[in-house]
Amino acid sequence: MSSILNSYFVKTHRLEISITIIAIVLFLIYFFGATHVFTRFPIYRAFMQSMPFFGIIAISATFVVTLGEIDLSFPSIVGITSLTFGMLLTSTDGNFFISFALATALGMFAGLVNGLLVTKIGIPSIVATIGTLFFWRGLVNVISQGSGIAIVDEADGTWHHMIFVDKLFGIIPAQFIWFVVLTGLMQWVYRYHKFGNHIHFVGDNKASAQMMGIDVDRVKIIAFVQLGFFSALAGIFTMYEMLYFWPTQGSGLMLTTLAAVFVGGTSVFGGKGTVYGTFIGVLIIGSLESGIVALGLSGFYVQFINGLMITIAVTIYALIQKRKN
Amino acid sequence: MSTELLKLENIYKNFGNVKVLKDVNITINKGEVVALIGDNGAGKSTLIKVITGVHRPNSGKIFFKESEVEIKSVSQSRKMGIEAVYQERALCDQQELYRNIFAGREITNSFGFLKIRQQRKEAERILRDYIGFTSKAITVDSQVMGLSGGEKQGVAFGRSLYFNSDLIVLDEPTMGLSIQETEKVLNFVKGLKNENKSAIFIDHNIIHVYGAADRFIILDRGEVVGEFLKNQISREELVKKMIQLHESGKIKVE
Repeated sequence: MSSILNSYFVKTHRLEISITIIAIVLFLIYFFGATHVFTRFPIYRAFMQSMPFFGIIAISATFVVTLGEIDLSFPSIVGITSLTFGMLLTSTDGNFFISFALATALGMFAGLVNGLLVTKIGIPSIVATIGTLFFWRGLVNVISQGSGIAIVDEADGTWHHMIFVDKLFGIIPAQFIWFVVLTGLMQWVYRYHKFGNHIHFVGDNKASAQMMGIDVDRVKIIAFVQLGFFSALAGIFTMYEMLYFWPTQGSGLMLTTLAAVFVGGTSVFGGKGTVYGTFIGVLIIGSLESGIVALGLSGFYVQFINGLMITIAVTIYALIQKRKN
Repeated sequence: MSTELLKLENIYKNFGNVKVLKDVNITINKGEVVALIGDNGAGKSTLIKVITGVHRPNSGKIFFKESEVEIKSVSQSRKMGIEAVYQERALCDQQELYRNIFAGREITNSFGFLKIRQQRKEAERILRDYIGFTSKAITVDSQVMGLSGGEKQGVAFGRSLYFNSDLIVLDEPTMGLSIQETEKVLNFVKGLKNENKSAIFIDHNIIHVYGAADRFIILDRGEVVGEFLKNQISREELVKKMIQLHESGKIKVE
């Protein structure tokens, strides 16, 4: 037993192992506490349907958090890009390519603005992105005048609708498959691509990274831009699922998304993190509400237990970190 | 063939209204170890940051291997063959050793993905051949935070040798090191000469400087106020000059 605990794999994957154990315990509680719900498929289908909407953003946000930065504006980037997508899709009579290209380009532009404010102007990211959070949401309200956009006629039953949210084999939501594939891809970039490597060094120690010849500003800007892109993508997934845009779209995502990143084990101090952990964090945070209700507790417990989970998880990580030093 | 490796001509550097470097002229020859000495605020750090591309001078010319160059960034100066070894900022603590050695010049395929196996293999070679790490506790997968100050310096030195730099810039290489580790670092600096590599280093400790350097350049408030070859000046005289400078703000050059 002790040789397993001291093995190289365990030593280098403490965070990933801890988060996996927390998730398994949680799902065992669900399973034994609400057997009638968790032995049947529909609950899992519901999870697979809803988790990707914030999960995709959480995976992407892991890069920004690893930098030691934060982005609070993504809920509004989801809003403005979804609005753009809906307006374009309805006005072009369902031209997917134009709508998709311009909506994601706008998402990247919003990310670029965040990146430039943080690097070139020098505003701390938490402050800069509060500004853009209000700005983009405000713009959504001004343009939409508070009303939604139905895309049923343009999207329902089309090939692009199928690609985004159809059920594979009639049961597995396509968005979940996308989510898993993206997680794998982003984990690969995070650990084994030059960009991911630079993310770690900049988050670890900005001055050292600079001395080693890493272009710190460029790395940060790209991180914010990719988060803008994936926020737009998550918005588009939601649009296809709901076939409707509503002006508050995205605004509920902030806390669940960031909670998934932190519960997943990515350090708020920067330099260390795990995309796999964020994925498990999404499974935990995304399952809490239904899980708690299925267990027979009232919905009033949801926030309470959510808070408990986050606090326990980050405490465990802090203790692991302390032991290392 | 000229022996000049690096030449700075009339370098000025201001930060806002503060003139940090005023008309600095220095030359570093091939195979020579030059020590920059001077009090805090004399401009030593700024000067080496101009050389390594962290700062760009407001005016002045830089020649490297006899051709005029503009050093725009750290990665450019590294490509030219100038490598910096900074005491505190040489490495990133939470990252593995092999990643630190290749940070900023990763070995990648054409899609930018790291060749992890090759990096680890090369890193192992650096640890063994250039640094002489034999301890089993330190592997290429170790995080840097577990290393002592001297070991960190060793890694940074090994990295500069591996990338075959011509000029190694050392910022306070012995600060905070034990006596034994200081000895190792100074031996390393002396060893550079055998490989016909040059070094420029800053150290507050004149005893260290004197033992390792061939030439001393004294900076005071942004200006070069004195320059001596080791065979022109004894250690005691050098110390006396520094105290004199400190007290009067002037230096007597006979």
